[in-house]
Amino acid sequence: MLKTFSIGGIHPADRKISADKSIEVLPLPKRVVVPVAQHIGAPAKTEVKKGDLVKAGQVIAKSGGFVSANIHSPVSGKVFKLDEVVDASGYRKPVVIIDVEDDEWEESIDRSETLKTEITISSEEIVKKVGEMGIVGMGGATFPAHVKLAPPPGKKCEVLIINGVECEPFLTSDHRVMLEKGDELIVGIRILMKALKVDRAVIGIENNKPDAIKHLSQLADKEQGIEVQPLKVQYPQGGEKQLIDAVTGRQVPSGKLPIEVGAVVHNVGTTLAVYEAVQKNKPLIERVVTVTGPGVSKPSNFLARIGTPVSQLIEAAGGLPDNTGKVIGGGPMMGKALSNLEVPVTKGSSGILVFPHEEAHRKPMENCIRCGKCVSVCPMGLEPYLLMIETEKELLDRAESDNIMDCIECGSCSFTCPATRPLLDYIRLGKGKVGQIIRNRN
Amino acid sequence: MNQKLVVSPSPHVHSGDSVSKNMYGVIIALIPALLASLWYFGIGALIVTLTAIAACVLFEWVIQKYLMKATPSISDGSAALTGLLLAFNLPTNIPIGLIIIGAAVAIGIGKMSFGGLGNNPFNPALVGRVFLLISFPVQMTSWPVPVASRFQYLDATTGATPLSVMKEGLSSGASFSEIMSEIPSYLNLFMGNMGGSAGEVAGIALVLGGLYLLVRKIITWHIPVSVLGSIAVFTAILHFSNPDDYAGPLFHILTGGVLLGAFFMATDYVSSPMSRKGMLLYGVGIGVITVLIRVYGSYPEGVSFAILIMNAFVPLIDRYMKPKRFGEKIKAAKVQKQ
Ligand code: SF4
Ligand code: SF4
Repeated sequence: MLKTFSIGGIHPADRKISADKSIEVLPLPKRVVVPVAQHIGAPAKTEVKKGDLVKAGQVIAKSGGFVSANIHSPVSGKVFKLDEVVDASGYRKPVVIIDVEDDEWEESIDRSETLKTEITISSEEIVKKVGEMGIVGMGGATFPAHVKLAPPPGKKCEVLIINGVECEPFLTSDHRVMLEKGDELIVGIRILMKALKVDRAVIGIENNKPDAIKHLSQLADKEQGIEVQPLKVQYPQGGEKQLIDAVTGRQVPSGKLPIEVGAVVHNVGTTLAVYEAVQKNKPLIERVVTVTGPGVSKPSNFLARIGTPVSQLIEAAGGLPDNTGKVIGGGPMMGKALSNLEVPVTKGSSGILVFPHEEAHRKPMENCIRCGKCVSVCPMGLEPYLLMIETEKELLDRAESDNIMDCIECGSCSFTCPATRPLLDYIRLGKGKVGQIIRNRN
Repeated sequence: MNQKLVVSPSPHVHSGDSVSKNMYGVIIALIPALLASLWYFGIGALIVTLTAIAACVLFEWVIQKYLMKATPSISDGSAALTGLLLAFNLPTNIPIGLIIIGAAVAIGIGKMSFGGLGNNPFNPALVGRVFLLISFPVQMTSWPVPVASRFQYLDATTGATPLSVMKEGLSSGASFSEIMSEIPSYLNLFMGNMGGSAGEVAGIALVLGGLYLLVRKIITWHIPVSVLGSIAVFTAILHFSNPDDYAGPLFHILTGGVLLGAFFMATDYVSSPMSRKGMLLYGVGIGVITVLIRVYGSYPEGVSFAILIMNAFVPLIDRYMKPKRFGEKIKAAKVQKQ
């Protein structure tokens, strides 16, 4: 039997209509909007001012601490202004707006397509380089990648896991990267292995991508210590803890990091960015973004510069369909609904999903019939129905002891509930309140 | 191009499951048993079933509309399901007036007094049934003879159920095997050819319906298996330690509504536990109490009482039988060797 994680899980329809569309380079926009906080952790500090001329790849905001990341200009041109705009998260964030002129890159960046397999720098230099090049987790979590390459003292990484699961319906950017950038990925994995000083790496891919499994298995066969692990399709297998469980059978304890069980996980997109950073000196200034949806006329996978407005990607995919009801940044399970299409692509943008009106609305909720389905699908073994009640009634200490903070916000509970109860909405609210209480306690 | 976009939190997709799909799913699963009931008990079964369903739906509608001043939600199928299950737990020669009382108790007291669907601690159909059993013991324990009573209703020829024959026989000193020769064979019991409540007799139809529920994932195996398993184990121990004085496991499982209870009554979402562990404990509780009542109590059958008693423990079970949390496994701890 194929491996998968051990608790809960759901099977939403795949709907990967852009899976066979090769990665296309998106034409440069006229203007980019680059948020200076595109990662979890401290925001970066802006280093340019209005009127400055910048080149693609130049640092425009410096990392604000260890858990932070540099921001580089994704284009060449002139800084139009520093401003605050609402980004995909729905909050106002400081941004640098740049008017694009030509496409001039920093000289240090190697823009050739030649594969560079030889790794010449040391482990420590790799970690430093990954930090400098602004690499963050590109599966959506946007945790600075170099932090995960430097395990805390006393902890040792035993296995590197590469996340090629892409369990969100519709999204195909990682899938395309695995098919088209396999050689680069393998080198990227070797770089990560060297940085972490591990001799074993496992690429986890769900069985609905047999072409990617085949391609990467062939490449991995030629390498020492890299293997491909096909996984049974089940959402949310791309969740870090679920993937570690699926691949190694080890469960990361509540409130702990993967390194606790000797694992470090990096996403496929991140691994490619690490390759480019270390071997080509290229900072994270562009990424593959899937643009898709039931009514989208040309579902596509674009290589887009960070800061490109979402509207431009939708335009390139055939324009916004007439009956559009919702546009989501990310996948249908965990993505955020956008209120405005001028928000920019960021380092964590894996896809843009356009839903017609029929699919944009939720059904009204009914009484909980205590069917227990939310409990049995929760991948963290929680009781969503109870956490919702506890949040509603402000029983926050009970919610805390019922492990509300373990919720990974995967949405499996709300997806499943026959009474269409907004379970995750309440749990999110409860997590916010309980988190506040815990912070005040310390 | 900028028309109003809907902004709502994730997830943005839903499984398409609904309350009514589950309720109608259970109703569909009961169709084989209903057909069997019509086959054995004819017009009596028809009258009892239709009356019970109509009365339950009507009471729910009236209470929601006029007492709770809410929009009636009878289309979700839950009231019809309660009616069907109530009918299945009644003899088919019961007067219409009593059915209506039973329905009023099931819906009014069993369900609506607690706030409606989702809030009732006890299985409403069983509340109705047990109320009738205690208030009208005579009418509730006269059983039409299968097949022969097909075209009779109130005037049906009645006979005893295998369970009561067994109970009386054993207490008057006859041995299990002697009594077995006087009542229908196991095959007849499994096919439903015996006296009993409208929907409880046809084991084969109930098992079929139960499998349908499992395949459609409306229920999981935990409750039926733990109920049937514990009854089988408990009665087997008694029987094999003293084969003359105690009936065997197969007899217990095929009679007195055990299959109906295990697949359809105990699995009622609202009044059963949430976690798998809790379901197992609850199921074993029902099984053990059923056997205790049958063997040591004064009623020949005991499933209804057992389920209602365990219903009362569900809040406690839910409180202490939590699902297995992720990361709880000891495995996690031993891993970091260092
Ligand atoms: S969103 Fe949270 S509570 Fe709901 S299924 Fe996922 S982990 Fe469990
Ligand atoms: S899935 Fe919905 S109806 Fe079922 S127990 Fe959970 S909250 Fe209640």
